[in-house]
Amino acid sequence: MFNTFKYYLAGAALAVAVFGLAAQSAVAVELTMYYPVAVGGPLTKVVDGLVADFEKQNADIKVSAIYAGNYNDARIKALAAMKSGQPAQLSVMFSIDIYELIEQDAIVAFDDIVKSDADRAWLKSFYPALMENGVTRNKTWGIPFQRSTIVMYYNKDAFREAGLDPAKPPATWAELQSMGAKLVKKDSSGNVERWGAMIPSTGYPYWMFGALAMQNDQVLMNRDGNKTYFDAPATVEALQFWQDLGSKHKVMPAGTIEWGTLRQSFLDGKTAIMWHSTGNLTAVKKNAKFDFGVAMLPAGKRRGTPTGGGNFYIFKKSTPEQQQAALKLIKFMTSPERTAEWSIETGYLGTRPDAYETKELMNYVKEFPPAAVARDQLKYATAELSTYQTGRVRKLLDDAIQATLVGTKTAGEALGSAQQQSEGLLKRYQ
Amino acid sequence: MGQVYAWLLLLPAAVLLAAFTHYPTIATLGQSFFSTGTAMRPSVYVGLENYQLLLEDEVFWKVANNSFWYAIGTIPASIAIAILMAVWVNGKLPARGLVRMAYFTPTILPMIAVANIWLFFYTPDIGLFDQVAAKFGIARHNWLGNPDTVLGCLIVMTVWKEAGFFMIFYLAALQSLPPELEEAARVEGASRWYFFRRVTFPLLMPTTLFVFVNAGINSFKLVDHLFILTKGGPDNASSLLLYYIYEVAFSFFDEAYAATLTVVLLSVLAIVAIGQFIFLEKRIHYR
Repeated sequence: MFNTFKYYLAGAALAVAVFGLAAQSAVAVELTMYYPVAVGGPLTKVVDGLVADFEKQNADIKVSAIYAGNYNDARIKALAAMKSGQPAQLSVMFSIDIYELIEQDAIVAFDDIVKSDADRAWLKSFYPALMENGVTRNKTWGIPFQRSTIVMYYNKDAFREAGLDPAKPPATWAELQSMGAKLVKKDSSGNVERWGAMIPSTGYPYWMFGALAMQNDQVLMNRDGNKTYFDAPATVEALQFWQDLGSKHKVMPAGTIEWGTLRQSFLDGKTAIMWHSTGNLTAVKKNAKFDFGVAMLPAGKRRGTPTGGGNFYIFKKSTPEQQQAALKLIKFMTSPERTAEWSIETGYLGTRPDAYETKELMNYVKEFPPAAVARDQLKYATAELSTYQTGRVRKLLDDAIQATLVGTKTAGEALGSAQQQSEGLLKRYQ
Repeated sequence: MGQVYAWLLLLPAAVLLAAFTHYPTIATLGQSFFSTGTAMRPSVYVGLENYQLLLEDEVFWKVANNSFWYAIGTIPASIAIAILMAVWVNGKLPARGLVRMAYFTPTILPMIAVANIWLFFYTPDIGLFDQVAAKFGIARHNWLGNPDTVLGCLIVMTVWKEAGFFMIFYLAALQSLPPELEEAARVEGASRWYFFRRVTFPLLMPTTLFVFVNAGINSFKLVDHLFILTKGGPDNASSLLLYYIYEVAFSFFDEAYAATLTVVLLSVLAIVAIGQFIFLEKRIHYR
């Protein structure tokens, strides 16, 4: 009896399948995915490889992965495609674009499309710090993919020369200041030949500052993205510390420090310490002619760094089948094995703890210990600055930081006026 | 019939101009009276609110001020250097072709490439300028990281980039001047400076007008280097009007305010262009 029923069922399933195939040829769902490349080069090949593997396992889903420039380009293109009626179904975009995308009603929350308990568990399988930029309004909107943090690179040879222990990079603000002072080298006429430390302040000043503020136990915005804490005493104190490193303690050059040329300055031995994205690890490893180390950022009241980089989003303008297929693709791309492969090939963080338990990544970390620093620092990490009107709010903070560092305003003045203006912008989101 | 034929001939150009110049201009003007819409808040008519915002926008005034000084810094200097170079390479000198080519080289490089090169010229400690200065015992300079020097650095780079291009126009103009004038001047015993001031320069005026208009437009149009060199910083000290428009439109996604800024930019350019034609026209000697 039971057996006959099974046959019926199988027959019905077969009929449906045959009908389906006849109606829609071999491919059931087609997906378009945009992805940005922030650091250029071979990354497109890695993404294409991952997508090809996915298609091999899922013959009924066809994915065209489209390289869309940098983060800003990817967002502009995705939103333009949506308006033109030729939308993509999923995209990797800047993790901090979340509020903009929600305000444009462009994306769906993952909570609304996951169906099984396994999927809900999957949403919880990533490092919590990496989820912070993807969660708001009690829902998950972004899944971490190409993510990085800030780490401290230091020149061990310079440490030896200055009589410091190269195995002990500065672990606190006080040490950064005192060791930094010892690492400054001057020539006979008093000109600086090597600086103690450099923290870049062009390009992404708010990102570096997110680290300093967190180290002073202060976040820059709330979880709802509608309040900033730019004029909190701890925020002002953190900016004061940054400015003092340059203008008072002379550990860093005064004025702003260029993001784009900093790596070269470090490689040329013009600074003993630099703070930079983990994205530079491979380039520094390849080009440093001296013994270098990578360490966590030092602690003020605590350790801290913002995360950075890109998340997966699923667009609202897509059919339920497409959304399920997109979910399948994202789950594939973020599975522990693929995450490990992605991390080794690119230098981005492994986004989940179990990726570091795969054989490949374990071996890699053993061979190249700096790769583990960013992972270990994740437990102190916080979200990158992201609010509604995020472009404007970010620029307010950027300008305040630069005005302070070049000395046209005091930290208190600059941050006070930035806070006042950001409150004006965010008023209607509260 | 002839009328129809003429209009048909004009049609392709007219359509392109209307579609890609005139319509966007009018649409921009219209958009500047509306708010920026999002999916949650559709765009509404706000009258002059965007212009009110503009008047109160500190960054706008700073950027407008920068643009003014950038124009003052780049236009006369690149014209003067262009004339000087043109007169120099128009004379008889060895390897003249090579010198002309050398002066023209910056023009053929893309601005982005130029900015990437100059970024490393200006870099403290390891940059070209600091390394040369260090040979003479001069201390390092944070050229692009100091609000007092950053705009000057951009001006110097732009003049370097532009002067060679303008030189070509002057060179062509110089070669079309009849040689009898110079012979006559020599017979009369005029000095070279007097000859340049009273004969060559006035005869070059049509070219100068052309170059002047172009240099003026370029000083507002060229912002590619900002993306590489400074991103407008520190604290907007090097931001220019068009770069600010880009930021507002594509980083802040505030289309309405970007439209408002664009209207201002277009008005300024229109006024400058009309002024140039009216005032300079009188002083120009066309043959």
